[in-house]
Amino acid sequence: MTTLNYINNGHGLASWLLTKDHKRIALLYLVSITAFFFLGGLFALMIRLELLTPAGDLMTAETYNKMFTMHGVVMVFFFLIPSIPAVLGNFLIPIMIGAKDLAFPRINLLSWYIYALGGLFTLFSALSGGVDTGWTFYTPYSTAAANSHVITAALGVFITGFSSILTGLNFIVTIHRMRAPGMTWFRLPLFVWSHYATSLIMILGTPVIAITVLLVAAERVLHMGIFDPALGGDPVLFQHMFWFYSHPAVYIMILPAMGVISEIVQAFARKNIFGYSFVAFSSLAIAIVGFFVWGHHIFVAGQSVYAGMIFSFLSFVVAIPSAIKVFNWTATIYRGSVSLDSPMLYAFGFIGLFTIGGLTGLFLAAMGLDIHVHDTYFIVAHFHYIMVGGAIMGYLGGMHYWWPKISGKLYSEGWAKLAAGMVFIGFNLTFFPQFLVGYLGMPRRYHMYPPEFQIFNVMSTAGATVLAAGYLLPMVYFTHSLFRGKPAPADPWGAKGLEWEIPSPPPTENFAISPIVTHGTHQYAPSKEVGVV
Amino acid sequence: MFTNFPLFPQQASAQAGQVDAIYFFMVAVTAFFSILIGGLVIFFAMRYRRRHRNEVGYAIHGSLALELLWTVIPFFIVMIMFGWGAKVFFDIYRPPTGAMEIYVVGKQWMWKVQHMDGQREINELHVPVGRPVKLIMGSEDVLHSYFIPAFRVKADVIPGRYNVLWFTASKPGVYHLFCAEYCGTKHSGMIGSVVAMEPADFQAWLAGGRADDSPVAAGEKLFQDLTCNTCHRSDTQGRGPMLAGVFGKQVELQNGSVVTADEAYIRESIVNPQAKIVAGFQPLMPTFQGLVSEEQLLQLISYVKSLSQQGAAPGSAPASPTMPQASGRPAVEKK
Repeated sequence: MTTLNYINNGHGLASWLLTKDHKRIALLYLVSITAFFFLGGLFALMIRLELLTPAGDLMTAETYNKMFTMHGVVMVFFFLIPSIPAVLGNFLIPIMIGAKDLAFPRINLLSWYIYALGGLFTLFSALSGGVDTGWTFYTPYSTAAANSHVITAALGVFITGFSSILTGLNFIVTIHRMRAPGMTWFRLPLFVWSHYATSLIMILGTPVIAITVLLVAAERVLHMGIFDPALGGDPVLFQHMFWFYSHPAVYIMILPAMGVISEIVQAFARKNIFGYSFVAFSSLAIAIVGFFVWGHHIFVAGQSVYAGMIFSFLSFVVAIPSAIKVFNWTATIYRGSVSLDSPMLYAFGFIGLFTIGGLTGLFLAAMGLDIHVHDTYFIVAHFHYIMVGGAIMGYLGGMHYWWPKISGKLYSEGWAKLAAGMVFIGFNLTFFPQFLVGYLGMPRRYHMYPPEFQIFNVMSTAGATVLAAGYLLPMVYFTHSLFRGKPAPADPWGAKGLEWEIPSPPPTENFAISPIVTHGTHQYAPSKEVGVV
Repeated sequence: MFTNFPLFPQQASAQAGQVDAIYFFMVAVTAFFSILIGGLVIFFAMRYRRRHRNEVGYAIHGSLALELLWTVIPFFIVMIMFGWGAKVFFDIYRPPTGAMEIYVVGKQWMWKVQHMDGQREINELHVPVGRPVKLIMGSEDVLHSYFIPAFRVKADVIPGRYNVLWFTASKPGVYHLFCAEYCGTKHSGMIGSVVAMEPADFQAWLAGGRADDSPVAAGEKLFQDLTCNTCHRSDTQGRGPMLAGVFGKQVELQNGSVVTADEAYIRESIVNPQAKIVAGFQPLMPTFQGLVSEEQLLQLISYVKSLSQQGAAPGSAPASPTMPQASGRPAVEKK
């Protein structure tokens, strides 16, 4: 006799595809983003295999260019941006604030359908021959010269943007209006704060990329002169518009991961966060300042030196709130009760890799140094430290932390630790050599390269295979746990938070009666011991 | 299989040391903070590992002093990086006056170079050591980027406008030249070499070019072939403005504003003549967009430039002892 929960409450395809339950929608997203993750990973593997040797011998230049373009488009727009918000955020935000669902359950389902439609466009563009513009769609190549399926790919990005906008809108309204009695702003879990900041970027930034790719399509089809100088347009205008969204989009990817890390560090140190309000407000600071740094992508594109200086200054400023978070996480572990379960291993991995990724970002904000490293593998290494070492580590950490809640099953901790180790080692072996070869001058998006760069590329390719195995393992033991895993108790980690007070997996309505909140999350020690160092 | 395992690119320009200095500083800061954070995390995790199942951590809520400390110190460090980075950028960005000018045109997928003395090259660039060289770069089609890692310089090459890159090579040798901005199928084949030569060797190399092939001479011929000279006459009676002495000067426009006649302005006046009308003239000129290639545009520009240089006091034109007066030649050839 099993109790009714959101998974067994309703059977059949229709009960999933027409669900309005935020938890089921989260699983719809989980399945689709996982598919896109492995598709994007397959493209990455092809890239790494080609780069094993300096000659372009595995595939043609045209195919290679399509590989890195599709890798970027799929990973950025169809995996990284939706990953944590649409899966973990969708599942957890209502539960964490003591609500029964998001504010607009139907819009939530609509978001997934829009995402799926955008994904189909992109898949169509991949299967019908691919795109070769780079995920950045730089003009006038994308509008005048590229001879590939730019329009369908651009429309895929355009469409999926609305899914992002609606999700952000849903989260903001939910966080404002649906909090349980006593769940004040400063009792909110930091995961919720980081999603609030993320949602602001989604709502304010995404329309700009939508307009931008639409203009690309318009110039390509109707020959409207917007970006192509031959038609009277300005190619650098595109770069401003593109990065006005796409730089903040990096924060769409990393802020939710930071929220996950804040939760994990507290749960596995059994200690409330050090400097709650600093961590919470640093998310907002990143979201706001992050809108004014886009020009650091254009230092060598003939931008005014003075504009460049302002963008450089603000890019340095935006590093400070990230640094504050890292210091606060570290201080949180001090005098904690630390257990090194797999989510905590991912969190440690995140802290280390994000620190390196963040600090190497400063190299690119320093104008004089950016001249040399711009568009080289140094940048490739830097942003993979943020997006893979940061965002994906956070995503995997979160998946391991909340998997027992989501699935109601326990996975094999030994395998999980092994996978975490492989991901960490494989990641560093893949991307650290790219800093070196980038400073040596190897440009990105190169199908062939001079032989002296080979050793670094061999290391990268070797690392990528370890990384790929590290990513496949969780697929195996998570799937295995669904069928053979032990049932998870409500709170397998001894963590604190509303999500751990309800059964695993949660019932459809989350809470039988609305909870009344009397304190913040992660209060482990009795309050009389509260002190200041 | 691997003949060498380089960790650091050659320094072959006057600017390279400056860029590397800031790089080393930032590597040191990165290493310091990564080791600090990584070390603390590992140390705390071991020192405060959970000893029994129900153990919990201490409730410590924060410390304003610490928050301020780790806000203010990083802020000062990044401000050093900001100031230093901006200074190096200014130095690399602003070409010195009197630099040797070379025209570069990027097109899918090659680099075409015109020297003022008439030498032309493709996917190679010969330069003398010890003398500032200024590349004036345009693109025939899409975005490209001219990147010489050994010199630590790079600038995007943008269709529809000119971008400038300058450097002073400091060590003779052959160095990689890469296109750094993705430009389509054979992007990774848009590479070449920069040959830095001793001034004497460079002179010898340069002498291999034909003088009548210089951009100024080619531009002058083009100026007549396109019948520019019927309106832009050498007296004030033409329907278009007189071009002698115009380059580098302020030009008053019909709408009252003033514009400096630089390369970009002359280019615009040729491909889009209606954009800026000089005061006192009618908008009669047709566009030459599509009729002249990027290389020809650069030739026309260098001809217009040469018209200003003959008028100026002799010797004030950018020239140096190591290079014969490129700009003086048209004056000799004329009639």
